[in-house]
Amino acid sequence: MTQTPPSPPAPPAALDAVGLRKRFGATSALDGFDLRIPRGTVHGLLGPNGAGKTTAVRCLATLTELDDGSASIDGIDVRRHPAAVRERIGLVGQTHAVDEALTARQNLMLFARLSGLSKPRAVRRSDQLLATFSLTDVAARPVSGFSGGMRRRLDIAASLVLRPAVLFLDEPTTGLDPRGRATVWQAVREVAAAGTTVLLTTQYLDEADQLADRVSVMNQGKIVAEGSPAELKRRLGGDRVAAVLADPDRLREAAGVIARAAGAEASVDPDTRSVTVEVDDGSRALAPIVRALDAEHLAVDDLTLRRPTLDEVFLHLTGDAGDASELHAELEVR
Amino acid sequence: MTTTTLTTMTSAGLRDRRRNALREGWLIAGRDVLHWIREPWGLVFGLAFNIMLILMFGFLFGGAIEVPGGGGYIAFLLPGMFALTMLFGLESTVTAMADDAKRGVTDRFRSLPLSSASVALGRAIADLAGSALNLAVLMLGGLLIGWRPTTGPAEIVLGVVLLLWLRFALLWLGIFLGLSFRGTGATTAVQVLVWPIGFLSTVFVSAETMPGWLGSIAQWNPVSATATAARELFGNPTGTTGGWLADNAVLAASVWPLVITLAFLPLAASAYRRLRR
Ligand SMILES: Nc1ncnc2c1ncn2[C@@H]1O[C@H](COP(=O)(O)OP(=O)(O)OP(=O)(O)O)[C@@H](O)[C@H]1O
Ligand SMILES: [Mg+2]
Repeated sequence: MTQTPPSPPAPPAALDAVGLRKRFGATSALDGFDLRIPRGTVHGLLGPNGAGKTTAVRCLATLTELDDGSASIDGIDVRRHPAAVRERIGLVGQTHAVDEALTARQNLMLFARLSGLSKPRAVRRSDQLLATFSLTDVAARPVSGFSGGMRRRLDIAASLVLRPAVLFLDEPTTGLDPRGRATVWQAVREVAAAGTTVLLTTQYLDEADQLADRVSVMNQGKIVAEGSPAELKRRLGGDRVAAVLADPDRLREAAGVIARAAGAEASVDPDTRSVTVEVDDGSRALAPIVRALDAEHLAVDDLTLRRPTLDEVFLHLTGDAGDASELHAELEVR
Repeated sequence: MTTTTLTTMTSAGLRDRRRNALREGWLIAGRDVLHWIREPWGLVFGLAFNIMLILMFGFLFGGAIEVPGGGGYIAFLLPGMFALTMLFGLESTVTAMADDAKRGVTDRFRSLPLSSASVALGRAIADLAGSALNLAVLMLGGLLIGWRPTTGPAEIVLGVVLLLWLRFALLWLGIFLGLSFRGTGATTAVQVLVWPIGFLSTVFVSAETMPGWLGSIAQWNPVSATATAARELFGNPTGTTGGWLADNAVLAASVWPLVITLAFLPLAASAYRRLRR
C-alpha cells in the first residue's frame, strides 16, 4: 500500500482522536472530542440521545468528513488516507445494513468478494464466519425472516470479513430482547478475545459494564468522563447504605439517626420508604448504623450495602447536563 | 464458537484482488439479479404494465388514431413504447439508490475499501441489464401482435443501442435524484413526473397532430428523439412528414443522451461525495 506512511517504532494506538469537531448547520455534533484506545481492548462510548456517538463513529470510520481535529486508526490518518483506513476497519452502523432479500450466506459472499477475496477464499471465509456466529443452520434463509439478534450477528460477521484492526459497533443491541442481546454480547466477546479492538457505543450501562475495559461518557459532543467501569463508579464517592423503614411515618427521624451514626448526610426517598447514606467504607459503617437504629427501636424491612451503579454515574454526568458547573467539576476530575 | 477464525492480522495482506471498479460494480449488480430472482414481482408487474399500455393504446385507442405520413398504428406505437420504457426505468434507479442510502447499505459499501465509482457502476450495470431484459420482452410481445422491423440487422442493432443509450443517460439523472432526495418522496415525485414527460412526446401520437406549441415541445423531448430514431431504424412509420427531427432523428437520439449524461454524471458524482458531509 503506497499511501501508507512509514510506521513509527512504537506500535501506535488502535485509535487516536484529538479535538474532533463536526457541525451540522447550527448543531455542534462533535465539539472537541478526544479518544485514545489501546490495541486489543474494548472501549465503551456512552451517551444519551443526540450526544454525538454516531457522528463520532461515522467520522472515525471515514463516512463523514471532519471539520477539524485529527484522528488515526492503527497509526493511519483518517482524513489523509481514508482508503487505507477502510482496509483496517469494520463498521456495524446503527441501522441494519444487510440486504433483506439475500440469504445470510449471499450477504457474506457479497461483502467478502467486494472486500477483494477470490471466490474460493470468500466461500471459506463466509463459512467460518457463519460458524463463528452460530448462523450456519440459517445460512440459506433470506435475512428478512431473521430475528433482531440474528440480523445483528450477521451484520457483525459481515464487517469482519477482512479481519479489521478496529471494529466499530454503533448501539449493537438497541431494540433487541434479552436473549438477542446475550447472543450479540457473546459475539462481541469472541471478537475481542481474538484481539480485535472494539469501539462500542451504547445507551445501556450494563452493556458497557459487561463488555468494556474502559468507558468514556460523552455528552453534547465531548467526553465528560473516562475510566474503567469500576473507576467511574468510585468517582461518585463511596458505598451506599440504604435502609428501608417499616414505618413510613418515622422516615425523617430515621434519617437523622442514620446520618449521625454514619457521620454523613442522609437522603430520604418517601416512595421507597428508604434512607440512603453515602459512606467511605461501607463495611465499617454498617455496624454503627444497625446499633443506632436498634437503640431507637426503628424497625427496618431491608438494609443493603452497595457500590454506586453505572446508572448513577451516567445520570450524574449527563442527566443534570443543565448544570454546567457540575460538568466542569467532573472534567477536572479527569 | 471458535476464536481462530477471528484472529487479527493486518487486513491489507488478506486481499486476493486489487481494487477494481469494474469487478466491484459487477458484484454489486449481481445483488440486483438475486433480488429479481427472489422477488420477481416488481419486474413482472413493470412488464405487465407496459404490455397493458401497448394493448390499450394499440387496440383501444389505436383505431381512432391516424398516423401522419401513413402506416399502421401498432408499427408506429411499438418503437415509441420502447423509448417510453427507457424513461420508466428512471423510477427503478431512483428507488434503488434512495432505498440503499436510507437502509444503510450504501454506508456499508462506503465503509468497504472499494473504488469510488463502484456503487454507481453497479447501479448502472444492473439497471441497463434490467431495461435490456424489459426491452427484449416488449419486442417479442410486439412481434406477436404484428410489429415488424423491416430493415437490416445493422439498423436494428443501432436502434437497440440508441434506446439503451437513452437509458444510460437517465441513469445519472436517477442516481442524482435518488441520492439527493433520499426518503423525501423522490420515488413518488419521479413516478408522477415521468407521465407528463412521456405524454408530451411523440410516443403515442405524432407531433403533427398536436397544436403548434405543444408539437414543438414534443419534438424537443429527448424521448421523442429516441422514439423517432428507433422508428426510422426499425423501418416503422415515423409519424412525421417533414421537419428538423424527421431529418435528423438519429443525430438527435445520439446527442440528447450525451447532453443529459454530461449534465448529470458530474451532479451524480458530487451527490455521492456529498454523503460525506
Ligand atoms: N446528518 C445530520 N444532519 C443534521 N444533524 C445531524 C446529522 N447527524 C447528526 N445530527 C445531529 O447531531 C447531534 C448528534 O447526533 P448523533 O446521531 O451523533 O447522536 P447519538 O449520540 O448517536 O444519538 P442516538 O443515541 O440517538 O443515536 C444530534 O443533535 C443530531 O440531531
Ligand atoms: Mg446514534
